[in-house]
Amino acid sequence: MFGLTALEMARIQFGFTISFHIIFPAITIGLASYLVVLEALWLLKQATVFRDLYLFWSKVFAVNFAMGVVSGIVMAYQFGTNWGHFSAFAGGVTGPLLAYEVLSAFFLEAGFLGVMLFGLNKVGPGLHFFATLMVAAGTLISATWILASNSFMQTPQGYEIVAGRIVPVDWVKVIFSPSFPYRLVHMTIAAYLATALFVGASGAWHLIRGRNTQAVRTMFSMAMWMVLIVAPIQIIVGDQHGENTLKYQPAKIAGIEGHWENKPGESVPLILFGWPDMKGETTRYALEIPHAGSLILTHSWNGQVPALKDFAPKDRPDSPVIFWSFRAMVGLAFLMFFLGLWSAWLRWRGDIYRAPLFLRAAILMGPSGLLALVAGWVTTEVGRQPWVVYNVMRTADAVSNHSAVELSISLILFIVIYFAVFGTGVSYMLKLVAQGPDVRGPEAEPGKIQRPSRPLSGAPDAVRPLPGGEG
Amino acid sequence: MGVDLPILWAIIIVFGLMMYVVMDGFDLGIGLLFPFIRDRAERDLMVNTVAPVWDGNETWLVLGGAGLFAAFPLAYSVLLSALYLPLVFMLIGLILRGVAFEFRFKADAAHRPIWDLSFAIGSYVATFCQGIALGAFINGFRMNGLTYAGGAFDWLTPFSIFTGFGLIVAYGLLGACWLIMKTEDALQRRMIELARPLTLLLLIVIGIVSLWTPLAHPQIASRWFSLPNIVFFAPVPVLTLATAWAILYVLQRQPHALPFGLALFLLFLGYSGLGISLWPHIVPPAMSLDQAAAPPQSMGFALVGALFIIPIILTYTFWSYYVFRGKVKFGEGYH
Ligand code: HDD
Ligand code: HEM
Ligand code: HEM
Repeated sequence: MFGLTALEMARIQFGFTISFHIIFPAITIGLASYLVVLEALWLLKQATVFRDLYLFWSKVFAVNFAMGVVSGIVMAYQFGTNWGHFSAFAGGVTGPLLAYEVLSAFFLEAGFLGVMLFGLNKVGPGLHFFATLMVAAGTLISATWILASNSFMQTPQGYEIVAGRIVPVDWVKVIFSPSFPYRLVHMTIAAYLATALFVGASGAWHLIRGRNTQAVRTMFSMAMWMVLIVAPIQIIVGDQHGENTLKYQPAKIAGIEGHWENKPGESVPLILFGWPDMKGETTRYALEIPHAGSLILTHSWNGQVPALKDFAPKDRPDSPVIFWSFRAMVGLAFLMFFLGLWSAWLRWRGDIYRAPLFLRAAILMGPSGLLALVAGWVTTEVGRQPWVVYNVMRTADAVSNHSAVELSISLILFIVIYFAVFGTGVSYMLKLVAQGPDVRGPEAEPGKIQRPSRPLSGAPDAVRPLPGGEG
Repeated sequence: MGVDLPILWAIIIVFGLMMYVVMDGFDLGIGLLFPFIRDRAERDLMVNTVAPVWDGNETWLVLGGAGLFAAFPLAYSVLLSALYLPLVFMLIGLILRGVAFEFRFKADAAHRPIWDLSFAIGSYVATFCQGIALGAFINGFRMNGLTYAGGAFDWLTPFSIFTGFGLIVAYGLLGACWLIMKTEDALQRRMIELARPLTLLLLIVIGIVSLWTPLAHPQIASRWFSLPNIVFFAPVPVLTLATAWAILYVLQRQPHALPFGLALFLLFLGYSGLGISLWPHIVPPAMSLDQAAAPPQSMGFALVGALFIIPIILTYTFWSYYVFRGKVKFGEGYH
């Protein structure tokens, strides 16, 4: 199809399906933890605003979760269907890690999800809170295992190659491979940030429309605190992550920097923008800051780092892609950072809920977390090429022997179905968000529960009153 | 170590897949029965009987895949590559029906019929493809040593198409019996009416598969029809007939949970019959458990987790079913 080889199609298919998938887990991870916080506050403070917010976001969560699950099942099977040789070669490591993820995370999420979404008036508030907690724990455990697996593929250790396949010799080393701690922290924060920006944008959207209710203000304020605190942490963590990558995957960093060669005794400039040219072995139109590359990467004035020409052409990652995806991520990170600062300044000045320009900015930044997250993954994964298991197995040797016919059928199907199904799903999510958290309406009398327009939908409409609580 | 890791893992995977058939079977069955029920409120009710548990049910399928990957990576890679297209279609079916659980209730009135359709079609496609995969598995794979040597469409045979339809009947029966247990009045009566022909059909399907496989595969015939095996295995067909008869019998008198229990048992019998035919080949007929096994370090590591965690999973799964026990009522706001 379109002159693509089977290998290229398998890669496009994997990249396409995982990029769709990761959007849902990111929101799942963030919202699950957010729901835990909301329910805890509700139980502790007995304030209806937290209950309203909990019920509201759990509806959004439910739609998002369903999409995360079905897109994830595709991923679990794609290792075998598309990367047969990889599975046979590295299955001794990747398989058990995935099995642990299923056993310790997926079942936990799925097992308690029913009670969390539909069980509020069947079990007591305590047990219900426990269910929410278990779902949130499940999402984090899930991230841990899958990132251990991915990190092993990036920076493998603790294994031997026996009879043509990977044999784990030290599981602790396998799981805690050098890039794992950085990746776990960076990714978890990314999920929290992406969710905070999403929640914040929906709050701002309602505020701009004059729905200045307590629930809207509360969620907007919580989200902005999160961005203020977490964005700078993410920048520091990202910097550390980069140094770790320099140590274990120098070719990736060289590609990210568009850095082709070291001149003896000269410092490395920081190329802000430019166009890395793989054939010409140079970065065109480069806008450079002298010494800044050395400073950031080696913390010294004239330090040098490996350059692309130090690697054989067949071992170089595709520099233009990761050069730009990395800059997209970092650029967005700084925008988030400024948004956080802006919110702090407005708070200090008095009111963050009535600053139209700021609210507009918060809406615009709504998808930025997810964009940065996908850009980050593209950097990581394309930067690892041409290896699937870094320096151990090449992607070209990993692919199953499918004909181009099979792959064209499946690729077209996936693309059509994903856009149709998940596109519609996202539009439903946005519609739910647009309805706002005041399910009962701001003027509903306490104690009287208004039925939502669709009787069987969303969160339970007959909520058991909390002992002593007003609703 | 004295334990035979491949055998233990094979048991876990067989158990996981059985849990899958048992749990997701009735849940897919509900989608299969959608075309027979037109009323919107009744359809909502049907979906609500499984809404809190479907995700957990489907996770057994993921465990089957991941367990195979962990313990028998070679088999995982050969089977999944050989069954590429049916699996892709199955995944797409699961997407279509999985999202419908939420989308049916979140869509505007104009969109709802689309998601009802998506729920039903997704269930049919997923079930049919699972049946095809099963049939292709029984038929075996063309192998060159330990790698797959067949083509892209080897799975497409009259037998596999037959097992595809067969599985639709089986899941349909499970779904109907589940709904007999979870619903009342008109909907329940309709399900009782449907369960009867489905039981008979399933019996015919089991009969045909039981004749077709030994005729097509001499090694399966000799497994069943040699002495002393025939004596040991004879209870399977006898029990199958007895169970089917019992289902028909209880359907006539105010049934509640009994048909569901019996239908599960019927499926379990069919499943054991297959197990008897195929053991110990993981990629029949060429690859045995030992050949496909992961390194012992991998199997052992994953085994610790499996043995420790599966009982916990069963406990909270049971608890969740317990929370949502009893008949589901119209308009019960628990979606
Ligand atoms: C950092 C987090 C993360 C990453 C990188 C991935 N996933 Fe994922 N996945 C999750 C975090 C997650 C989650 C938060 O646990 C999900 C998302 C929504 C959900 O329902 O659970 C999930 C769902 C999910 C499911 C459905 C689980 C169920 O039945 O409940 C499967 C089978 C996978 N994933 C498999 C994969 C595979 C094979 C991946 C890599 C190639 C992958 N995921 C990347
Ligand atoms: C979740 C976010 C992720 C994103 C957005 C992502 C993105 C990508 C992209 C774009 C590719 C294609 C790279 C190329 O061919 O140039 C790819 C390949 C791949 N990734 Fe990831 N990935 C993610 C997570 C993971 C995880 C968690 C794993 C493993 C556990 C993984 C394993 C692979 C494998 C096996 C390939 C195929 C071989 C290859 O082309 O490198 N990925 N991914
Ligand atoms: C200045 C800020 C940031 C820096 C310096 C930075 C640095 C990095 C680096 C070097 C990598 C590649 C690591 C590797 O492949 O080994 C990476 C990956 C990634 N980044 Fe960032 N990052 C920043 C901000 C962000 C933000 C704001 C997000 C999302 C909200 C984000 C999400 C990700 C993700 C999801 C990955 C892929 C997973 C991983 O390897 O951890 N990053 N980041």
